[in-house]
Amino acid sequence: MQKLLTWIDDRFPLTKMFEEHLSKYYAPKNFNFWYFFGSLALLVLVIQIISGIFLTMHYKPDGATAFASVEYIMRDVPYGWLIRYMHSTGATAFFVVVYLHMFRGLLYGSYKQPRELIWLFGMLIYLVLMAEAFMGYLLPWGQMSYWGAQVIISLFGALPFIGEPLTLWIRGDFVVSDATLNRFFALHVIALPIVLLGLVVAHILALHEVGSNNPDGVEIKKNKDPVTHLPVDGIPFHPYYSVKDILGVAVFLIFFATIMFFMPEGGGYMLEHANFIPSDPLKTPEHIAPVWYFTPFYAILRAVPDKLAGVLAMGAAIVVLFLLPWLDRCKVKSIRYRGNIFKYNLAAFVVAFVVLGWLGMQPATPFLTLLAQFFSLVYFGFFVVLFVTSKNEPTKPVPERVT
Amino acid sequence: MATEGVDLKKRRMLTNAVTVAGAVGAGFVAVPFLASWAPSERAKTAGAPVEVDISKMQDGAMMTVEWQGKPVWIVKRTARNLEDLPTLNEQLRDPASENEQQPDYARNGDRSIKPQILVLVGICTHLGCSPSYRPDLAAADLGADWKGGFFCPCHGSRFDLAGRVYQGVPAPLNLEVPPHRYLSDTTIIIGEDGGAA
Repeated sequence: MQKLLTWIDDRFPLTKMFEEHLSKYYAPKNFNFWYFFGSLALLVLVIQIISGIFLTMHYKPDGATAFASVEYIMRDVPYGWLIRYMHSTGATAFFVVVYLHMFRGLLYGSYKQPRELIWLFGMLIYLVLMAEAFMGYLLPWGQMSYWGAQVIISLFGALPFIGEPLTLWIRGDFVVSDATLNRFFALHVIALPIVLLGLVVAHILALHEVGSNNPDGVEIKKNKDPVTHLPVDGIPFHPYYSVKDILGVAVFLIFFATIMFFMPEGGGYMLEHANFIPSDPLKTPEHIAPVWYFTPFYAILRAVPDKLAGVLAMGAAIVVLFLLPWLDRCKVKSIRYRGNIFKYNLAAFVVAFVVLGWLGMQPATPFLTLLAQFFSLVYFGFFVVLFVTSKNEPTKPVPERVT
Repeated sequence: MATEGVDLKKRRMLTNAVTVAGAVGAGFVAVPFLASWAPSERAKTAGAPVEVDISKMQDGAMMTVEWQGKPVWIVKRTARNLEDLPTLNEQLRDPASENEQQPDYARNGDRSIKPQILVLVGICTHLGCSPSYRPDLAAADLGADWKGGFFCPCHGSRFDLAGRVYQGVPAPLNLEVPPHRYLSDTTIIIGEDGGAA
């Protein structure tokens, strides 16, 4: 065995890579609950890739047969229903895990110097994930698939001058049609997953270059053992965190399996009722709302009573997240040692995000629109307040070592 | 490697030249891929004109036909509807149809060739949903002064019974009137107008 390993190591850096990224990657010893979600995101990615590959073996990306082929998977393919529910539950799980992972970054300032690039790669992953989810949702070719795609593609039509030709180019037809379905399928199953995998590798390489942040926001590399030159507050990722993450995986899979087996439609929020009706280009469903993970941005779009301004506001809600490392000018990373103003501000942001998410699922009545306008202001207000107050924020002393 | 006698200036010039030539080449290679996303010849020819028989339509009725894959509505408005139209002008973005959302022969108060018959593309000018036909006067959910029209369930845009958009809603433009003409008193062809526009 050892001889085989030596033979490989002489030709490929197997042991070197294993040590660099697992057994000799020193992570802070004080990781808490919030640090499960990175590895869980990786797990969900694997679930999506495997279940997705098997779905493509039965699915037909053709406007005439797509809807029926999904029903065929559900009814006739052995365990087809399970594989499909795994994939649709996986989509929701992906966003739950990623939102919690991003919130962890906000809590402990993980996006701050020197981890700006990790945050940027992460944001790009989030962007590609949204594109994946959107294009994947067209494939069942139900009413929500169809009209959701019609609305989202029309967003590009709001751009001045290039808008109309651009939407025509994206659709490949005058309306969402077979051409659109076919190209979205190609993007969903091959183009975007490749980009996604590349970004995940970049995200992890950047992380392992600078080292992980932790709930105290203390740089463990600043305090190394004089003899071994290893961080005194660090422990090797493997076996310490690989074992800890197995616990996270077990708990996560309990939730995942419960939803997959007992409520795969998620009460209409994960698989919408109208999507069990074949797409009809002549009739929009009575109530149309995106799947839950897009609703906060959708609520911002609807809150603005102007087409172009609404689209720009929605885009800005995502773009502003990219700028976070430069908007937050506070030297202290972790919320544990930051001032009250940041705590209240972050709390208001979370409330705004959740309320907007709820509003995005409701029909647009005048009162709810007013509410959406208010919480959109709170959403953007978070970044303004952060930028203005963070430079001279009163902070508590940060300890020398992790606690 | 011997570095003596190396002409760095010439080397940089050559590097730049190769970079530029490569970038131009990559640009040319991108053209067929990007162009392949444009509507195919088949998609372009699929939008043939559609003939519609309206002889059986009652006052206040609406029918939907498909043209270029889009819903096209034909509405037979009542006399009351036509009287109501001018009274709404104050509440509309473009009451006189100044934007190019209709052929010239439909640029009038009721946006139609024959006042009673309205022909519209049933796609909201906001984000492309298909609005619902709501002829019911003073509908409970649309307010006491609702004079009939179209309501988009997606984002709440409102249009009157000439497809003109109300103020204060997300849709920026009036609904589109497609090119059409009458073949006889009761037959409309949608998608061509014999160059009348």
